[in-house]
Amino acid sequence: MCDTCGCGDPHAHDHSHPHDHSHGPSHDHGHPPPVRTLPVQKSALELNQRLADQNRGWFRAKGLTVYNLLSSPGSGKTTLLERTLREMPRAAAIVGDLQTENDAVRLRASGAQAIQITTGATCHLDAHMVAHALEKLDADGLKTLFIENVGNLVCPASYDLGENRRVVLLSVTEGEDKPLKYPVIFRNADLVLITKIDLADAVGFDREKALAAIRQTAPKAQILELSAKTGTGFDAWTAWLAG
Amino acid sequence: MHELSLMSNLLEHAVAAADGAPICAMRVRVGPLSGVVIDALRFAFEALAPGTPAEGARLDIEETAPLLHCPRCGADYATPVGFYECPSCGAADGELRGGNELELASIEVPDHV
Ligand SMILES: Nc1nc2c(ncn2[C@@H]2O[C@H](COP(=O)(O)OP(=O)(O)OP(=O)(O)O)[C@@H](O)[C@H]2O)c(=O)[nH]1
Ligand SMILES: [Mg+2]
Ligand SMILES: [Zn+2]
Ligand SMILES: [Zn+2]
Repeated sequence: MCDTCGCGDPHAHDHSHPHDHSHGPSHDHGHPPPVRTLPVQKSALELNQRLADQNRGWFRAKGLTVYNLLSSPGSGKTTLLERTLREMPRAAAIVGDLQTENDAVRLRASGAQAIQITTGATCHLDAHMVAHALEKLDADGLKTLFIENVGNLVCPASYDLGENRRVVLLSVTEGEDKPLKYPVIFRNADLVLITKIDLADAVGFDREKALAAIRQTAPKAQILELSAKTGTGFDAWTAWLAG
Repeated sequence: MHELSLMSNLLEHAVAAADGAPICAMRVRVGPLSGVVIDALRFAFEALAPGTPAEGARLDIEETAPLLHCPRCGADYATPVGFYECPSCGAADGELRGGNELELASIEVPDHV
């Protein structure tokens, strides 16, 4: 009898470590190996959460209100911010893209501070990247900070950045059922912005269908519709930011 | 595809909890609102475990459902992703109490070390 685990055949497996015998189904000598279960209960996002809480503390200390902007690639995040930063004093932006400084350059043209994070291969911003971007931010006199996330409706949903509010953009050109296809990101939205409404007629946008899909997947979100090109609906957006 | 980095965090938790012992199994709890793809998580485990104490370990994945608490009538209910209405009173503003987790619940280590 094997005196390490009590099985019938002392040579059936090797107890030296690293253990080269496999457990589970292929451990085929009649009984499961005696194991101990150790509770762990630790999140894969533990470190991100800690850094997000740290960012949140920093934002609070500086008196900043912070918005995390999420959408598919090209839904109009940067265009929205270009116009918002032009109209809104004491606001700045941090913008994440896989490559290029293009969005930050566009945003700086508004006169506001804009810090680019290039993530390389990473498809979302995390709290750590934002913490480093904050080192470059001159927060004196700032009241509002926008964080434009990497255009992606999947991964950014999982990462708290320490923001106060989450804004999810949905442009009229990308399909009314987008919220049903990507329900996770919509679930945590505080505001869903339907963008590019100047194009609604041209693309045959079914407004009621889109509103129903948003209400179903984002029951707590407020919904606003605007065009950053023409300015239609922009007042309600700035009022929401002020409120 | 950020499952690689998330799995690497889970492996770190497992190795720390095992405290030098080989790991026979990892039990991971995944909520559908966590935003991760379970197949990608398994793939990441296969890619990352070799050479760690979790090499050859079994990966048990427990899938949870969104759990909500209704602030109107007090009901607690499980529901599919994308459908959050309270089954008792129809309120749409249930608070999420579970279903977004991605956590290492427990590990198994040999009893004889
Ligand atoms: N017609 C119209 N076009 C818009 C509007 N907002 C944005 N666009 C156009 O949509 C395209 C993408 O806009 P961006 O603002 O760069 O989108 P984004 O979400 O920042 O894109 P990524 O950062 O790449 O994810 C550009 O060609 C914009 O000119 C709008 O309100 N109306
Ligand atoms: Mg952009
Ligand atoms: Zn990602
Ligand atoms: Zn209820």
